[in-house]
Amino acid sequence: MQQDNLRRTGGRHNGDQGETSKMSVMTDPPPERFRLSQLIYDSRYRSLTIQVVAMVLLVLALSWLVSNTIQNLAALGKDFNFGFLTQSAGYDINQRLIPYDNQMSHGRAALVGILNTILVAFLGCVTATIIGTIAGVLRLSKNWIVGRLMTVYVEAFRNVPLLLWIILIFAIVNESMPHPRDFGSGDVPMVFGSIAITRQGTWIPAPVFENLSGALFIVFAASLVAIALYRRWARKRQEATGQISPVFWVSLGLFVLPTVIAYFLLGMPVSLDYPEPGRFRFDGGLLIRNSLIALWLALSLYTGAFIAEIVRGGILAISKGQSEAAYALGLRPNRTMNLVILPQAMRVIVPPLISQFLNLTKNSSLAIAVGYMDARATLGGITINQTGRELEGMLLLGLFYLVLSLVISAVMNVYNNRVKLKER
Amino acid sequence: MSDTHAQTVPFVRESMLPEQEPPLTEKGVVKWIRENMLSSWLNVILTILSVIVIYLVLAEILPWFLNSVWDARSLSECREVFLVIGSPEGGGACWAVLQERWVQLIYGFYPSDLYWRPNLALILFFVAVAPVLYADRFPSWMLWFTAIYPFFMPWLLWGGAFWVPILVIAGLAVGYLAFVIGSRLAGPLLGGLLAIAAAVLWWLFAVPALNDGIHRIVAEARMDTVIAETEEDLAEIPVQIDELEARRAVLIEEVEALEAVKAEAFAPISEAVEAARESAIAAFYEEAGLDPETDEISRRMREEAREAGTHAAVMATRTGERIEARERFLAAVDRLTELRLEIGEINGDLNLLSDARSQASNLLTSIRRLEEQQDRIGVLQGQAAGLRSEVPEDLRHIIDPQFAPADAPSEGVAALRTYREAQAELDTLNNAVEDTYKAAGSIGLRPVESRDFGGFMLALIIGLSGIILSLPLGILLALGRQSDLFIINKVSVAFIEIIRGVPLIVWLFTAQLLLNYFLPPGTNFDLLLRVIIMVTLFASAYIAEVVRGGLAALPTGQYEAADALGLDYGKSMRLVVLPQALKISIPGIVNTFIGLFKDTTLVVFIGLLDPIGLSNTIRASTEWNGIYWELFVFIGLLFFICCFSMGRYSLSLEKKLTREHR
Amino acid sequence: MKKSVFLGALTVAGLAAGASAAATLDDVKARGTLNCGVSTGLTGFSAPDANGVWQGFDVAFCRALAAAVLGDPNAVEFVPTTGQTRFTALSSNEIDVLARNTTWTFSRDNDLKFEFAGVNYYDGQGFIVPRELGVASAMELDGATVCIQTGTTTELNLADFFRVNDMEYEPVPIETNAEAQQQYLAGACDAYTTDASGLAATRATFENPEDHVILPEIISKEPLGPLVRHGDPEWGDIVRWTLQALIAAEEYGVTSANIEQMASEAGDNAEVNRLLGTEGELGAMIGLDSDWAQRAIAAGGNYGEIFENNIGESSPVGLARGLNAQYSNGGLIYALPFR
Repeated sequence: MQQDNLRRTGGRHNGDQGETSKMSVMTDPPPERFRLSQLIYDSRYRSLTIQVVAMVLLVLALSWLVSNTIQNLAALGKDFNFGFLTQSAGYDINQRLIPYDNQMSHGRAALVGILNTILVAFLGCVTATIIGTIAGVLRLSKNWIVGRLMTVYVEAFRNVPLLLWIILIFAIVNESMPHPRDFGSGDVPMVFGSIAITRQGTWIPAPVFENLSGALFIVFAASLVAIALYRRWARKRQEATGQISPVFWVSLGLFVLPTVIAYFLLGMPVSLDYPEPGRFRFDGGLLIRNSLIALWLALSLYTGAFIAEIVRGGILAISKGQSEAAYALGLRPNRTMNLVILPQAMRVIVPPLISQFLNLTKNSSLAIAVGYMDARATLGGITINQTGRELEGMLLLGLFYLVLSLVISAVMNVYNNRVKLKER
Repeated sequence: MSDTHAQTVPFVRESMLPEQEPPLTEKGVVKWIRENMLSSWLNVILTILSVIVIYLVLAEILPWFLNSVWDARSLSECREVFLVIGSPEGGGACWAVLQERWVQLIYGFYPSDLYWRPNLALILFFVAVAPVLYADRFPSWMLWFTAIYPFFMPWLLWGGAFWVPILVIAGLAVGYLAFVIGSRLAGPLLGGLLAIAAAVLWWLFAVPALNDGIHRIVAEARMDTVIAETEEDLAEIPVQIDELEARRAVLIEEVEALEAVKAEAFAPISEAVEAARESAIAAFYEEAGLDPETDEISRRMREEAREAGTHAAVMATRTGERIEARERFLAAVDRLTELRLEIGEINGDLNLLSDARSQASNLLTSIRRLEEQQDRIGVLQGQAAGLRSEVPEDLRHIIDPQFAPADAPSEGVAALRTYREAQAELDTLNNAVEDTYKAAGSIGLRPVESRDFGGFMLALIIGLSGIILSLPLGILLALGRQSDLFIINKVSVAFIEIIRGVPLIVWLFTAQLLLNYFLPPGTNFDLLLRVIIMVTLFASAYIAEVVRGGLAALPTGQYEAADALGLDYGKSMRLVVLPQALKISIPGIVNTFIGLFKDTTLVVFIGLLDPIGLSNTIRASTEWNGIYWELFVFIGLLFFICCFSMGRYSLSLEKKLTREHR
Repeated sequence: MKKSVFLGALTVAGLAAGASAAATLDDVKARGTLNCGVSTGLTGFSAPDANGVWQGFDVAFCRALAAAVLGDPNAVEFVPTTGQTRFTALSSNEIDVLARNTTWTFSRDNDLKFEFAGVNYYDGQGFIVPRELGVASAMELDGATVCIQTGTTTELNLADFFRVNDMEYEPVPIETNAEAQQQYLAGACDAYTTDASGLAATRATFENPEDHVILPEIISKEPLGPLVRHGDPEWGDIVRWTLQALIAAEEYGVTSANIEQMASEAGDNAEVNRLLGTEGELGAMIGLDSDWAQRAIAAGGNYGEIFENNIGESSPVGLARGLNAQYSNGGLIYALPFR
């Protein structure tokens, strides 16, 4: 930013030179009369000329594309409309966050896919950050074997195409887990008696919300608000008096206790629906499909390898003097980490982290390889294939990814501005 | 210090004590392990966890690797071999698939006698990038080769007449000439525009025209030799085909004999194994007190029974009398695999020969038709003007009579139809004549269709051309993004953000499904070209960001110094800013390339046969249906080697650059 | 030829802009090769061998067509297409004919603007399940996980089947047949559904084929056949009648072995004579010469031979003729009269 400003002023100086030299001879400037050649030679107009030319070329190019498209559509006897979105889709989607069946519209199917994309992208970003941070820190560890292992992990994932990893991890997940039918005969026990990890997916108990569960949510939300208020109060108090309040334990208490107490007071309104072995697979419970698990795992491990490098670079970028200075001030190691090292490292880490999150989101479109029904597979796949509306479908799909990317980078940029070095 | 000691200590030892051995825990391996792996309880846990992970991974992978079969003709033969050598169920890796198909995974369907061309292209690529990547070790005149390489590489890969790359390179000279003349007359800005316009016009219109012209001239001059040579080829090819077929027949006879040997050796072993397996399974059920026919048996139970059976079967192959049969069997399989590869080679040659024969006979027929076609062209051209004048004026612009307005007079539409039909025939004839001249008048390399490109070569070509072609556009976009000019800045930002905001797979589908909509009706060029265009646009947005980083990293003083010297924008960028900014951007560009190279695997979704696409087609053949890990391990390994070494290079360069900048 | 030079192609493409769309037959003849869209890999139907030569049932039809039109069964460029890209490839002129086991449906014929040239394989969607599951009928699949190949009619048929029979199921959509097979064997799904021919071909290559059962229900009609673009009936006729010629050749006993002798002079059967061009001028009526059918049959044999060599009982795929036997043997294959 600063450089831009400097260069801009530099440019202006350059442009002004001509007039300054005329001034020095002390003659009156000739009466301003616009000549056509000024459009090219006069730096005041030149930029305008260039822009107008560029604009005209751009408009010409775009109109050329549009007119070609219109002609081609006409030649194929197709039109451009989004009516297909309201037609019945006719195909089923296994994982749906909102109710859907094959009689609903293509638009609804697209929405199911979009939500699935967002789900896997969100889960992936969270776990990739965790994996990446751990791997990045461990790679710096003095422990030889751990360091090497992490290096192998990072290099293996960074240097082999993600598509290959997705395929391989899907195959590994499928082949190494027990078959759902093994549970029915009691050959394989469930984890904690209620979780079944199988080669078709993992069944976990599903929460069933009864009448009063709304109140429970209100209590939970209220405790979140309380945590935020308490933290604010604690910070203010520290700034005013220098006394540090125990933030972590109080937050934890506020997070857990009111909800738990309310849960029992309200007569346990939320119960769990446990999965039971059925004819083919499990009945009841909540199924996390292997397609989601494999995609999630592959995306997290792949992006995690990149994040590990970013984290390692961020930590290495903080000079040793910083921690030594903090120790000299008498700060304890965890305070040193929280108050001195991390805030500085975050500044280095966050910008590339944003682009990794964006990459992960975009890479989630490879879901097609494991049959995870994301936006690419529903809207950009089966819908286009069944209706033959590739122009409209691709346009919508591109728009969705674009908006998603822009939203993610906007959110992350807000965060980045908060941790960024404040220049005063 | 020593003075005080001298006074207070009555005795000072005058010789050094011999060094004592450090305690056992403080030296050698023990110390190293203690310090590096067991220094704290956390480290102990981590070490134990790591060891467990490594053990688990190796325990899965190693037996699979160690029990591998290299010689077999199909997956089922691999399984037979596993059975004969008494390997546990599933056996190990069946690398035989690679022995047969590795060439295909690397070169796709590129003609096998022309493998030297992609090989040479790759070697020359290293020569071309060496002066850029190792600027300090190679003379700068080699940069000239770097500059012409992008024009040379397509010719090497796709083939064609030798003057095509020269004509294309001449476009640069034309552009430069226009720049020199233009800037003399109208200043550098107009000169630049003029140069671009001249070069584009040259490439769009002059090159095809000149190319056709040269082909025609050469063809007409060489027509007699071409006909004689083609006829000679046509006479020769059947002889060669007969020869190869005779050789193949001999080999096939040997195959048949060996098949019998193999079957004969296999029978006793498979019988013994089957018997052992069945009795073991029966024994297993009996022990459990179950009847496999009537009782409900769980999956796990059944699997355990099968495992027991397999174990018994493995043991059965290890008894003495079957050793000899096993040796015979394995020898037969080895020889059969060899023969299959040999026959495969002969088939490949036969295929090439029959292709050559079709091409030669096509060429002869089209040469013979040439005169007749040209006469017809003359006639049609004579008629065209007359036919056109018969079409009502308001209908003349309509290309497809189908789209004539409904209220147009029917005789007018009929005239339009006749006119358009004549024109279509003329176009077809012209194309045919042109093609004949192209085939007859080409001196250079044998053309290869894009469709024959595949495998690893395809990934490299898409990745490399994407990066090379995107550099100029990427630099322009980066400059545009830094520019103060509002519209240019916003257009660049929008382009970059739109490209980067949408996944590559969507862009590839756009290339496959939509690009034809955006181009003039009737335009059609092959998928590979469309993909390369799309990948180039995609990469240019990423390159733009890398270059922008380079531009931003350059000290402001450099910009100011260039301004102070009175250089205009173009000169300051060309002479001062860009050379430095690009140099710092090289690691970023290499990293972008690694990313792009890995992403080329996505072309499998639009039907191009990259390594992963080929793995699908290989698994669709009856021989290798069902094979899995071997192919993916091989593909992954190839990618790993390429990307890892490039990544190391970019890392070392980064270090070097930071050292230089200090 | 034109596209052989990279930059040349770019410039030529620019120039070709606006050129009128000539008839496909003229295009093919001018080009000297037939562009034939096939599957990227389907056992028995289309797959390249180690030398990159495409083999299979669909491939054989392309070769016969090339032989009929261009006189050379090798003058084919095989364009691998996925379920997702095949229709665009055809409508954008990238291929001249699509021979990729594509189901002839109303909407594909009319809404997507294609023209089917006939049926070369009568198929239907079936299920394969592991024997240990103890399932004897598709009606017992309530609650099962089913692997399907996306981009086909399969997923729609499946949805209909389960909805009509009021059963629940869990679809696992998978991109390619090879991958779906792998997932099924790995136990990621209880059943795999695709065209019955594909199931049989797939099952034949399993390590233990006897451990898997193909269920008796066929839940859909899948008439598979080659298709061309709407709006070029002459080209459509050539494709249609080449297919008919292969079928008729089987009916009249014309094989690749005896064709040379039968075509050398007119025989007793007038239909055969007309087919092989020793009598009448049928070839000229579709813009080809009189030997067209003779060359098509010589390329890879008649319909029966093509079937037998690529997917029949003597091939590793081992499909029975079933519905695809000649009508005289109780099948549906029925050549239109050459008259």
